[in-house]
Amino acid sequence: MGNTPTNTPAPAPTPTPKTNRIGLQVVDYRGGKTTLCAGCGHNAISERIIDAMYEMGVQPERVAKLSGIGCSSKSPAYFMNRAHSFNSVHGRMPSIATGAMLANKNLIALGVSGDGDTVSIGAGQFIHLMRRNLPMIYVIEDNGCYGLTKGQFSATADLGSTLKSGVVNDLPPVDTCSLAIQLGATFVGRSFSGDKRQLHTMLKAAIAHRGTVMLDVVSPCVTFNDHEGSTKSYKYMQAHEEPLNEVSFVPSFEEINVDYDPGTTFEVTMHDGSSLRLRKLEQDYDPTDKIQAVRRLMESHEKGEVLTGVFYINAKAPSFIDMLNVTDEPLATLPESVTRPSREVLAKCMDELR
Amino acid sequence: MSTSDVVPQELSGHVGQKRVGVINDMSIQVATVNGSGSQSSNTVLLRSIFQMGVPISGKNLFPSNIAGLPTWYTIRANKDGYIARKKEIDLLIAMNAETAQEDVKSLAAGASVLYDEPLALDKVRDDLIFYAVPYDKLVAAACSEAKLRKLIKNMIYVGVAAQLLGIDFAEVEKAIRKQFLTKVKAATLNLAAAKAGFDYSAANLKKRDPFYIQRMDKTKGKIIVDGNSAAALGCVFAGCTVVTWYPITPSSSLVETMIDYMKEYRVGPDGKATFAIVQAEDELAAIGMVIGAAWAGARSMTATAGPGISLMAEFTGLAYYVEIPAVIWNIQRVGPSTGLPTRTAQGDVLSTAFLSHGDTRHIMLFPDSVSECFTMAQDAFDLAERFQTPVFVMSDLDLGMNNWMSDPFPYPDKPIDRGKVLSKADLEKAGSFARYKDVDGDGVGYRTLPGTDHPAAAYFARGSGHNEKAQYSERPDDFERNMERLNKKFETARSFVPRPEVTGGGKAKIGILAYGTSHWAIIESRDQLSKEHKVETDYLRVLAYPFTREVHDFIERHDRVYVVEQNRDGQMASLLKLDIKPELTPRLRSICHIHGLPIDARSVTDELMMMEGK
Ligand SMILES: Cc1ncc(C[n+]2csc(CCOP(=O)(O)OP(=O)(O)O)c2C)c(N)n1
Ligand code: SF4
Ligand SMILES: [Mg+2]
Repeated sequence: MGNTPTNTPAPAPTPTPKTNRIGLQVVDYRGGKTTLCAGCGHNAISERIIDAMYEMGVQPERVAKLSGIGCSSKSPAYFMNRAHSFNSVHGRMPSIATGAMLANKNLIALGVSGDGDTVSIGAGQFIHLMRRNLPMIYVIEDNGCYGLTKGQFSATADLGSTLKSGVVNDLPPVDTCSLAIQLGATFVGRSFSGDKRQLHTMLKAAIAHRGTVMLDVVSPCVTFNDHEGSTKSYKYMQAHEEPLNEVSFVPSFEEINVDYDPGTTFEVTMHDGSSLRLRKLEQDYDPTDKIQAVRRLMESHEKGEVLTGVFYINAKAPSFIDMLNVTDEPLATLPESVTRPSREVLAKCMDELR
Repeated sequence: MSTSDVVPQELSGHVGQKRVGVINDMSIQVATVNGSGSQSSNTVLLRSIFQMGVPISGKNLFPSNIAGLPTWYTIRANKDGYIARKKEIDLLIAMNAETAQEDVKSLAAGASVLYDEPLALDKVRDDLIFYAVPYDKLVAAACSEAKLRKLIKNMIYVGVAAQLLGIDFAEVEKAIRKQFLTKVKAATLNLAAAKAGFDYSAANLKKRDPFYIQRMDKTKGKIIVDGNSAAALGCVFAGCTVVTWYPITPSSSLVETMIDYMKEYRVGPDGKATFAIVQAEDELAAIGMVIGAAWAGARSMTATAGPGISLMAEFTGLAYYVEIPAVIWNIQRVGPSTGLPTRTAQGDVLSTAFLSHGDTRHIMLFPDSVSECFTMAQDAFDLAERFQTPVFVMSDLDLGMNNWMSDPFPYPDKPIDRGKVLSKADLEKAGSFARYKDVDGDGVGYRTLPGTDHPAAAYFARGSGHNEKAQYSERPDDFERNMERLNKKFETARSFVPRPEVTGGGKAKIGILAYGTSHWAIIESRDQLSKEHKVETDYLRVLAYPFTREVHDFIERHDRVYVVEQNRDGQMASLLKLDIKPELTPRLRSICHIHGLPIDARSVTDELMMMEGK
C-alpha cells in the first residue's frame, strides 16, 4: 500500500527472487489493490497476513478466506488472490466458516470480521463459533465503529469515547477477548494493526494452531474514528497499549536453536510441533489459566490500558472437526460409492417398515 | 358412505357369522390425552388393519404441548385406496374425559362410540351406537403392577376395537411385537392388555354397528412410514454429506431420523463418518452452514418450517446470487411464528418461491407421498448442484409426521449429479476459468471448490455486483448481464424439474390442479364428482416450480381450472397467474382450505359443485 516511487531506480542485476519453503514468492500471497482508505488499519493487517502466510509456507490454495460485511470484511479481496474467498452476509461469517470446514476439513480457514460484524449483528454466531472451537483463525479488525456505514458507534466502543460529531458513547463495550476465552476459544489474543512485530508473530502462531484462534486487532478507522476522544485511534493506542507478554514463535520447520529461560518465558508446543514463546512481562501470568486471563483483562480495562499479547492458549483441546470423527478425505469430494448405501441396505430398511 | 344409511338392527352379531354392512371402509378416531402413550396403541391398531390387507392412513392431530392437552388420531381404512382425511367419523374411541362430550356431540347420527364406562357418554345422545368398556377394571386384572397400568391402559381399546371390527387377534399380536421389538416386557404387558380388551368385547359387547374389516390383499409388500422418515432415507441415499438444522415442529423428526440412518449406514469400515450433522444455534446459522458447506463442495441440506424459512431469507438470496447449491426441506405448518405449529398447511408457497430481496426465484418441489419424499431427495440435490442454487422441498406436517402406506421405495436408478465442477485436471487443460460465464448456453457457469490445488482455481464469492470473472463490479452492463443469465438459468430449469402428473381423458372441460398432500383428497373427489354428479374432470398434479410446459398446456386445454390448495390466499393460483398468458388467468378458480386439518374430498367436491353453480 501507500507510496509509489516517483522515479524508477536504475536496473540492478536481477537477483533470484526470494522464495519460501514451498518455493513461492511473496507476490504469490498478494491480493487485489485495496479500495480501503489510505492509512486504514485494515490494510496493515492484510499486509501482516500476507507476510505470515508467506513465511509459514502455507499453500494459498488450501486457504479459505471468509468474511461478513464491512470495510474489514472487504479486505480478503486485498490479500491472497490464489485462495478461495467468501464475502458473505453481515454478521454470519461464522456459519459459512463452519459449513466450509465441515465440507473440507483440510482447509485452513481464515475469517476476517469487523467489530460491528462480530459483536453487534453477529454476536450470536460469534458466541457459538467460539464454543465449538472450530479450527479457524478469526480476526476482528476492531475500530470501535461501523466504517462502511460511515462511522456509527459499534459495541466495542469504550464508555465515554466520542464520535467525530461529538456524540458520547454511554454504553459499556463488549470485550471480545474475555468473551472468547469464557466461551471456549483455544487461542485468544489482542494486538494492534500498528504493532507490526507482535501482530506478525501472533498470526504465524495462529496458523500453527488447531482450534479457534480469536485475535482482536485494534485497527484505527482513519476516516471516522481517529480523532481526539476516540479510544481506537493511532494516538490513543500508542499511549495506552500495554503488552502482557512478548510473543515469539519458532515454526516447526525451523530449527529451534534459541534457548529460553523457563523462569521468564512460557513455552507452548503447538499442534504442529511449532513453539510459541511468551516472555513474561508480568510475574506469574499463566496463559493456560482462563480465570486469570479474564481477571487480568478486566483489571486492565479498569485502568484504561489496552492489554495486548496472547492471553490464553490451550494447544491440546480437541477441535469441533476432530469431535465429528469424519473421514480423512473431505466430505466434499467423497465418491458416490461411499455416500450412497447399497441396494441391500435399502431392502433392509424397507423390510423394517413392513 | 354415510353411516345413517345402514339400519343397525339388520346386522347379524358376532365375528365369524355372515357379515353384512360396511366392509373395509371406515374412519376411526381415537381421542386421548397428549403424552399418555396412545401413540403405540394407535400404531398397533393401524398396523393390524394394514396386516389384514386393507389400505390405511393414520393422522395424528396433536396439540402444541408435551403432555396433558387433548390429541386425536384418525385411522382411515378404505378398500378403494382412498386415504385422505375423511370428514365423518364412523367409530369414536373416547379416552379423554375432557373432550369426550364435545367429541360425541360432533358425530353424525349412526356413528359408534367406544368409551370408558365412567364417562357415561350414552347419556349424551340417543342416535349413536355406544359400547362401554370398564378400562380400569380390565387393566387391573391384566397387570399386577399398579405403576405400569397407566402405560398399557390404551392398549385395551385396541383389543376391543379389533374384536368389534373383526380383526384377527393374531394380527394385533404381530403388530404389538413389531411395535415393541426388543422390549420384551413391554410387549408382554401390552399383549395382555390387548387380549383383555379383545376377550371382554367378545364376551360382553353385542355388535350393533355395521363396520367390519375383512381380509383383502391390497397391502401386500407395502410399507408404512411417515414422510419425514422417507425424506431422511432419501437424503441418505442421495449422497447428502452435511446436514445442519435447528429443531422446529414438524421438521425435527426428518433430521432426527436421518441421524439414526446415517449412524447406521454411513459410517465407513474405519469407523469414520461419511457425513456431518450439526445442530446449529438458529436457522440463520443452519442455512449459513449449508451454504458454506455447499460452497466448499458438500451435498448439504437443512430442514425447517415457516418461521425458519423466514429467518433464512437473507442467506437464501445470497446463495441465489453467489450461485451456491442448497437443499432446504420446508415441512409446512400453519401460521406465523407460533401459529398452529402442530397443524398442517400449504401456506409457504409464495414466500418460498421468492424468498429474500432483490429479484429472486427458487426451484421448489412438491412431494405428494412418502415415496416422492424419498425420490425427490435426490432430485433436490441434483437440481441444486446442477443449477447451483437453493432448492426447496415443500412437504407439510400431514405428509411429514403422519403414517402413510406405500410401495417400497425403488433404489435410485440414476447416478448422483454433482453438476459443473472443475477439477485440478480440468483447470490444467483449460488454463483458466470464469466463474459466472455462460459457457454452455444454459445460464449455468462452472465452479471450483476451495482447496482445489491449482493457482487458477480460486474465485471470490460475493453477493455484491460482479462480472463473469467474479470480480467486483458496479457496472450497469455487468449487473444486467448477470441478471439475465440468472433468469436464463431458471428458464433452463423448467425442463429439468420433475414433470407434472396428468390424469383424466383429456376431454373434460373442467380441470383440477393441485399439489402435495392435497392430491389424496383430489383423487377421491374426482370419483365423487363423477359418480355422484356426473361431472368429469381432468387432473394435473404440479410436482415442481418453475412450471413446465405441460402446466401451461393443461390450463389452455380446459375452460375452468380449479386450483385446490391448503392455504387462504390461493398461493399456487397466484404463482400460476404470474406464469401463464394473461388471457388465461380468468380460467383459474381457487378452492382453498385453511383450518389446520388435512383437506378432505367431500369439502372439495361440495365446493367445486357450488362454484359450478350446481
Ligand atoms: C443485514 C444488514 N444490515 C446492515 C447492513 C449495513 N452495514 C454494512 S457494514 C455495517 C457495519 C460494519 O461495521 P464493522 O463490522 O465494524 O466493519 P468496518 O466497516 O468498521 O470495518 C453495516 C451496519 C448490512 N450490510 N446488512
Ligand atoms: S472508512 Fe474507516 S474502516 Fe473503512 S476503509 Fe476507511 S478508514 Fe478503513
Ligand atoms: Mg468496525
